[in-house]
Amino acid sequence: MSQPVSNCPNCGAKIVFQWSSSVQTVCQYCKSILVRTDVDLQKVGQVADLPPDTSPIQLNTEGIYNKKAFVVIGRILYEYDQGGWNEWHIVMNGGVSAWLSDAQNEYAVSFAANAPNLPGANQLRVGQSFTWNNQVYTLSVITPAHYRGVEGELPFQYWDKTNVTFADFRTQTGKFATLDYSDPQPALYLGEFVEFDDLKLKNLRSFEGW
Amino acid sequence: MSTGSQTPPLPGPPKPQVKAMNCPSCGAAIVLRSLGHAETVVCASCHSILDAKDPNLQVLQKFEAATSEVPPMIPLGTRGKLKGTDYEVIGFQRRSIKVEGVRYDWHEYVLFNPYKPIRYLSEYQGHWNDITVCKELPTASFGTVVYLGEVYKHFQSSDANTNFVLGEFPWQVRVGEHAAVTEYIKPPRVLASEKTANEVTWSLGEYIYGSEIWKAFNLPGSAPEAIGVYENQPSPTSTNVKAIWGTFAAFAILLFVMVAGFDVASPKAVAFESSYVFTSSASADPKGEASFVTDIFNLEGRTSNVKVSTSAAVDNSWIYLNYALINQDTGQAWDFGREVSYYHGYDSDGSWTEGSNHDSVIIPSVPSGHYYLRIEPEGDARHPTIPYSVEVQRDVPVFGFFGLAFLALLIPAIAITWKSMSFERARWAESDHPPIQIGNSDD
Repeated sequence: MSQPVSNCPNCGAKIVFQWSSSVQTVCQYCKSILVRTDVDLQKVGQVADLPPDTSPIQLNTEGIYNKKAFVVIGRILYEYDQGGWNEWHIVMNGGVSAWLSDAQNEYAVSFAANAPNLPGANQLRVGQSFTWNNQVYTLSVITPAHYRGVEGELPFQYWDKTNVTFADFRTQTGKFATLDYSDPQPALYLGEFVEFDDLKLKNLRSFEGW
Repeated sequence: MSTGSQTPPLPGPPKPQVKAMNCPSCGAAIVLRSLGHAETVVCASCHSILDAKDPNLQVLQKFEAATSEVPPMIPLGTRGKLKGTDYEVIGFQRRSIKVEGVRYDWHEYVLFNPYKPIRYLSEYQGHWNDITVCKELPTASFGTVVYLGEVYKHFQSSDANTNFVLGEFPWQVRVGEHAAVTEYIKPPRVLASEKTANEVTWSLGEYIYGSEIWKAFNLPGSAPEAIGVYENQPSPTSTNVKAIWGTFAAFAILLFVMVAGFDVASPKAVAFESSYVFTSSASADPKGEASFVTDIFNLEGRTSNVKVSTSAAVDNSWIYLNYALINQDTGQAWDFGREVSYYHGYDSDGSWTEGSNHDSVIIPSVPSGHYYLRIEPEGDARHPTIPYSVEVQRDVPVFGFFGLAFLALLIPAIAITWKSMSFERARWAESDHPPIQIGNSDD
């Protein structure tokens, strides 16, 4: 895996990409949101202070999924009226990028997927079923969420968002799906719920008294 | 996958920790234990529900709490180890349902671990449940739900109301909030769906004894006695019912095999047999000596039983035989009388029969030795001659013992089944599907 190195256009700090396909990163020092172009890094925004972390996961947390090691390299943080959740951007050993979501310590791993005729946000109703990859998914909750911030490396540009809609799907087997309406074209993610202990996570955040 | 060590240490984001703050309404101390997971926190002194995400702890709701309100049995802040994971009690609420005008209250405890999903305990009259949120989706069909391949039966649908809250909650809790709760059971588990306007949440509860809770959280004293039968309480006998009928079946088969085996294996040695003809003229003689003795035969082996069988060609007639089995060596005698009678005919109900051509009797504990029979026949005077035969068998299997063994197995099986059925009746009496009451109406 190559680790291209450049400097923050804002503060000059060294920027190291852990994943060669990363499109966006955040300068750890000045919190500038940087987007990779063909020639250099461009500052597109600034991350506001994030709230105290409730997730035990952090950048550089390592774990194992499906017998493959992964490392956490980025994160998108969302809030909604009943709390918040993190989408941790992980890179599997071998270079495949995936997401480890932590919604109040309920963990799931998912991968970007393609499917034709995805429903529009206003066509969704709780209880609807869809079949993707020969698996029936039932819409369990539609969450109007609020983009709260980003950290680290992401596989796409993601900044300056406000309100986004998510549709979460469950199955009878522990598999799950998410439709992300951040962009005009809905994005589908397919994955499954995972147990904290099964991920064998290292480099976790420590909590005082625990 | 290391970034190397060229970067100096970063200040990092603010560290979450137990925060001490004050209630904006009454000034009492507010402690946040769940490190930023709390959405709402309740002031214990003035019962204000506060926005835990707001640095100023904005008041979201105030509610009245009766002084009679029962405090949590596990105090907030108590840590314990449940099924191998450490948890701290951070929240407590009382909820209730109304069934036929009667209110039923239960308590729920919110358990927190910074690495694990929130877990809950519920308590109703000393019955506890260990509750987790389902990740898999149950599938409902008429009256039942299938979850992870197991069938749960519908128990109750009700409207649950939140009446009292204390501590912190990782969701927006409010007093007066309603949820449509539907419960399905497969003891010791209960599957519940809670439906609000926006969401359906399924949770799985597993019955846990109060004593386990007391042990897990190291609580003083002992857990209150559970009252009555709870919806998903494991029946003390339900597992035994299958086991005992299984055991019963196994033993019944074993008995059958033993009976068959004994029957086949038994020597049933015929020690003596002979045929005679009874002539009534002999007995017609009032002073006639009708009795006679048989030849001597040997009864061998250990002290055992002797079967004396009589077959007689009786046809709407009878013969009565006074027997004596006499030991020639010791003079010991066993006296017994046997009747062989067989009647048949036809009446308004159809044909009928009574009796048979055969009779047998078992004489127990007969030692080995040389024996003979003294036989004194009496017969139906209307039938001048009745041929009959006598057979003496040594060491025959006695099946009455097996019958007793069979009963000895059957009785506990029935008793346990009855006990289990009573338990299930008590369980389902509280459901939406109470069993039909037979006879007495003891309310």
